[in-house]
Amino acid sequence: MSMIHKFRLHGINIVVDVNSGAVHVVDNEAFDILDYYKEKNQKHVIEILSSKYDKEKLKEAYTEIQNLENEGLLYSKDDYQYNPSFTNREHVVKALCLHVAHDCNLKCKYCFASQGNFNGDAKLMDIEIGKKALEFLVQNSGNRKNLEVDFFGGEPLMNWEVVKELVDYGNKIASEKGKRFRFTITTNGVLLDDEKIDYINKYMHNVVLSLDGRKEINDKMRPTLNDKGSYDLIVPKFQKLVDGRKDKYYYVRGTFTRENIDFSRDVLHFADLGFELNSVEPVVDSEDNPYALREEDLPKVFQEYEKLALEYANRKINGDKLTFFHFVIDLNQGPCVIKRLVGCGAGTEYLAITPEGDIYPCHQFVGNEDFKLGNLLTNNIDLDKVDQFRDLHVYSKDECKKCWAKFYCSGGCHANAYNFNKDLKKPYKLGCEMQKKRIECALMIQAKIMLEGDKND
Amino acid sequence: MKKHIKTLTSLKESASKGCGECQT
Repeated sequence: MSMIHKFRLHGINIVVDVNSGAVHVVDNEAFDILDYYKEKNQKHVIEILSSKYDKEKLKEAYTEIQNLENEGLLYSKDDYQYNPSFTNREHVVKALCLHVAHDCNLKCKYCFASQGNFNGDAKLMDIEIGKKALEFLVQNSGNRKNLEVDFFGGEPLMNWEVVKELVDYGNKIASEKGKRFRFTITTNGVLLDDEKIDYINKYMHNVVLSLDGRKEINDKMRPTLNDKGSYDLIVPKFQKLVDGRKDKYYYVRGTFTRENIDFSRDVLHFADLGFELNSVEPVVDSEDNPYALREEDLPKVFQEYEKLALEYANRKINGDKLTFFHFVIDLNQGPCVIKRLVGCGAGTEYLAITPEGDIYPCHQFVGNEDFKLGNLLTNNIDLDKVDQFRDLHVYSKDECKKCWAKFYCSGGCHANAYNFNKDLKKPYKLGCEMQKKRIECALMIQAKIMLEGDKND
Repeated sequence: MKKHIKTLTSLKESASKGCGECQT
């Protein structure tokens, strides 16, 4: 089925050819012709629009659309579903989310991990479980060379010696097999000190630093165990870490809630603090929580994304290095279509391991026994459950099949789908709507930068 | 030279060329 998506944002008309990935910036004539192009012939289309536009210009625009269609850059067909690289993809594990601590030293109000213990007992992973997890990953990684481990929690710095020992052990067993680990750590920063900062900057391929933006926003949502704000404690440590990061990846990552729908101010606050690589994520929680987002909030949220996108584009045009995760889009060397179909890989190539050695599809499912896939110590894996996750992709979800954004979002978050709809194949609607808006903003930014470049040529 | 349409970027090629080494 061929599909295009057209939208207008900040005065720019954009057309996405969903199945080829081509993106076009069009004038008003072409934009309006596309409303009728597939249903009516050229003569009829020109007749309809001739009261609004010059007939010769309409003919030109119509011909250009025809040419793009003939070149396969508009109304192209979707023929990926039975592509052998997709249907015959290998059963490999490539990445682990290693829960080295089911405990935390903050009590963030929106925490999906119930303040770090995932509704269980507080527990730290012992080194033997950690080693078994890394061995499991190497043994099940097939011919993959690049393997990933995210040290996660709770708060992973609460089990720091185990983290360091696992990095050493992982590098040892990977090199023996001609493979390589890329380590990431996700931390709230409370326990950071000079030794940890130096180690993280030397050995961690990526580091995710949790902070919610402005002090009053952060401190309301991310209090310490004795109910004090965490901003003043954490920000100087993050600044020191980021300063020593040089060219390595990091992300300062926040959560926005109903309390700060003006979240663009938090993104720009990050930039003011020197955190050029950043992101804020919409809170995901049920509507009975006062800070949860509701459908009625969407117009304001959309407006905020659009406002941020305009500021972001202008900063980029002026050479600013601000990088907002959700506005990053690589239109020329983006991921192959197979990667876009597979998505996050939760439950198949991406798994979460608890301190007890339990295996879950990802960190968001930890604690829900229905989704436990097995345990490292008993070496048993429920392959039926793995197959259930292997079958989660844009062609197995009715709403995704029809969606213009399917090759950008890859079908969304399985855990959100389950938590809101009790159905892994029914996406979380609020998440979809925000994702689509972010993609439109990201495309607009690229278009604005291109048009600005044309002006200067 | 197109007067009405500028192409910002011109997936089918990528479908034929799935190595699985990129970040998960």
